[in-house]
Amino acid sequence: MSKKYVMGNGAIALGALSAGVNLVSGYPGTPSSEIIETVAKYPHEGTYLEWSVNEKAAMEVAAAAAYSGARAMVTMKQVGLNVASDPLMSLAYVGVKGGMVVVSADDPGPISSQTEQDTRRFAEFARIPVFDPSSPEEAFDMVQEAFLCSETYKTPVILRPTTRVDHAYASIDAPDFFTAKEYEGFVKDSKKWVIFPRLSYQNHAMIEERNVKIGEAFSDCRFNTVSGSSAKAVVATGVSYAYASEFLKDHPDVRLIKVGTPYPTPERFLLGALDGVSEVLCFEELSPYIEETLLRLVGKHHLDINVRGKLTGDVPHSGENDTDSAKRIISRFLGLDNAEDSVDLSAAPQPPMRPPVLCAGCPHRASFYAVKRAMKGKKAYFCGDIGCYTLGNAMPLDMVDTCLCMGAGITMAQGFNHMDLDAVAFSFAGDSTFFASGITGVVNAVYNAADMIVCVLDNSTTAMTGHQPHPGTGRNMMATPVEKISIEKILLAVGVTKVITVDPLDLDASIKAVRECAELKGVKAIIFKSPCVAITKPDKKCCVDSEKCIGCLRCIKEIGCPALSVSDGKAVIDENLCTGCGLCAKLCPVDAIGGVSHE
Amino acid sequence: MNKDIMICGVGGQGTVLASRIIAASAMEEGYTAHSAETIGMAQRGGPVTSHVRIGENAFSPLIPIGGADLLIAFEPSEAVRNLKYLKKDGFVIVNRIPVKPTSLNGGAEYDGKAEIDFIKSKCRCLVVDSDELCAPFGSSKFFNVAVLGAALGSGELGLREETVRNTIVKIVPERFTEKNLAALTAGMNVVS
Repeated sequence: MSKKYVMGNGAIALGALSAGVNLVSGYPGTPSSEIIETVAKYPHEGTYLEWSVNEKAAMEVAAAAAYSGARAMVTMKQVGLNVASDPLMSLAYVGVKGGMVVVSADDPGPISSQTEQDTRRFAEFARIPVFDPSSPEEAFDMVQEAFLCSETYKTPVILRPTTRVDHAYASIDAPDFFTAKEYEGFVKDSKKWVIFPRLSYQNHAMIEERNVKIGEAFSDCRFNTVSGSSAKAVVATGVSYAYASEFLKDHPDVRLIKVGTPYPTPERFLLGALDGVSEVLCFEELSPYIEETLLRLVGKHHLDINVRGKLTGDVPHSGENDTDSAKRIISRFLGLDNAEDSVDLSAAPQPPMRPPVLCAGCPHRASFYAVKRAMKGKKAYFCGDIGCYTLGNAMPLDMVDTCLCMGAGITMAQGFNHMDLDAVAFSFAGDSTFFASGITGVVNAVYNAADMIVCVLDNSTTAMTGHQPHPGTGRNMMATPVEKISIEKILLAVGVTKVITVDPLDLDASIKAVRECAELKGVKAIIFKSPCVAITKPDKKCCVDSEKCIGCLRCIKEIGCPALSVSDGKAVIDENLCTGCGLCAKLCPVDAIGGVSHE
Repeated sequence: MNKDIMICGVGGQGTVLASRIIAASAMEEGYTAHSAETIGMAQRGGPVTSHVRIGENAFSPLIPIGGADLLIAFEPSEAVRNLKYLKKDGFVIVNRIPVKPTSLNGGAEYDGKAEIDFIKSKCRCLVVDSDELCAPFGSSKFFNVAVLGAALGSGELGLREETVRNTIVKIVPERFTEKNLAALTAGMNVVS
């Protein structure tokens, strides 16, 4: 045993390894990505690990392990659970033999996501238990408890951390070597493992009865706690409990209730915790889940308790909570003094806006720019997708007209083509997104005789989430090398009429490729192939010859690279950021930008 | 010891390594440590913060408003953006060299001078210059360790120099160890 300083995701990984997990699968997505990476990092024996092609695949791979009596964990972000919901909903009916923990990381804010959906709702929808950790330490304990719960009740169990728990660091006492559990193997029984209407009917009734028992067991669970005894109480869940505790540490008499197992409702615990309470504030993120649970309890038991929270306007519906909002909202509820004791900022200069941008030298910038130049003056739709390249929407590139969900760019570009035959429809998807859910879209477009251009921005990694491997990279979580799956061959195999692979940093060739494809009928594809600059070491950088620079600032106005800025009316390049991609040099009308080799 | 340290800057400046070194050093000295970082889309050139909380008194991963003993800012406007987290009598170490926002509008006027003047007028502070500090090392990437040196030298970090040096040796890839240790010394010399 030794102390390991890890982020919440690391704590979840160590918890799973401590539970002897046999298989971990998942698809990268902030804030969940580091779980699988941490499992890979710590010495272990007998645990199979994979980055799956998407969350649905990950869920199904894990389900087979759990059918075999092995312990399985599957990890994803909250919107990934939407992708995996088809197997999960059925799996909830069928059940498992070995423990199966589904980690679905929610992202209040949202900080790096499309939605502020609440996985606790999903757990209730699927009728399966959910654990909601308030700290990395608790996440470590909960994942182990979740495996036990899963095996006791033969159901998949959800662990729902949120961004601030996933990314908070703490020290965890854990073994230095982990050995996976022994398991029986799959025992065939078609009455049990083949979902049919009759089985669903029987199991549905069984599940509802079982969930009452789980709620009863959860009422004695150590993750549900009460401190203080005031008649005005605060109920908090997840990291909001940590924020509430931070404020209430100076008010120990205030009753603070933590709900660590929101579903099935730990009814007996809540009734006991609320004994003598006249008013309760629900301090939680995302949906008013506990608030609605309490309203239901108050109605069911005719309790004289005022329930406050999001539905009463005391807590904001959207965005994340923090220590500041905890202080403000809870002190208002309790009628406490809310004086700020920090530096007087009334005369402070307004800090500049810093929207996230594509990195200096990012090949996506060059790809977007090439399409933009080639389509100048022509009507075109640019359908983006999920990944770093969503940032291609920023000025001055302005090359992402739509972004909906993973893989949607391809199918939406097809839809725009059917709605407007006069325009050229483009989709932009990264290599990992292409494998995750792009291929079926291309098949759909070919089958339905669309005219469109599929652009694959192939930087040979899953960049946004921290550079995970994928089927095109030649490595997986168990072995290197494995066969690289060729995007080009896939595109040709499904009937794409023209596939051009081009280096986006070669601006002329890229523009030519776009123009060529735009002239052709059918589904065409351009693979813009150049590695992510965050994982390659540049061997040059560019610099501006200030004697030659005429201050037209075309380089800045056209591509918006963060390494470029203005000084005394002329362009300058931050050599710490520049990767020497040379895109700006190609735009300079007076050849003032040149390349210099790094020493 | 209970100490809350906030580190802020712009994505890519290396704030995460600084927070890791502080947290690991605090643990080496027998304290409990917690920290929290900005990760994901927001870190691509956006404002980033690390909250490092040393001691048993930390219940939340995030430092409360008005709770930080020390604010280490890699950039002047980011210092101002996060100044609300500083205790009234807290200490600020701030880099005077600005990171200009990429947008053409606003980026040109901003030079960080007004921000530095404001901080000087409101708090106990130490202003450092990353260009000067990092010149001997050939890259501003060493600023994260140099600024830790400044924090050590100011006496506001509450950790021992020896512990921080040992942590750097443990955490930083070996080929960069020597330069990082020299950067730490350079930072300490700014104060003395």
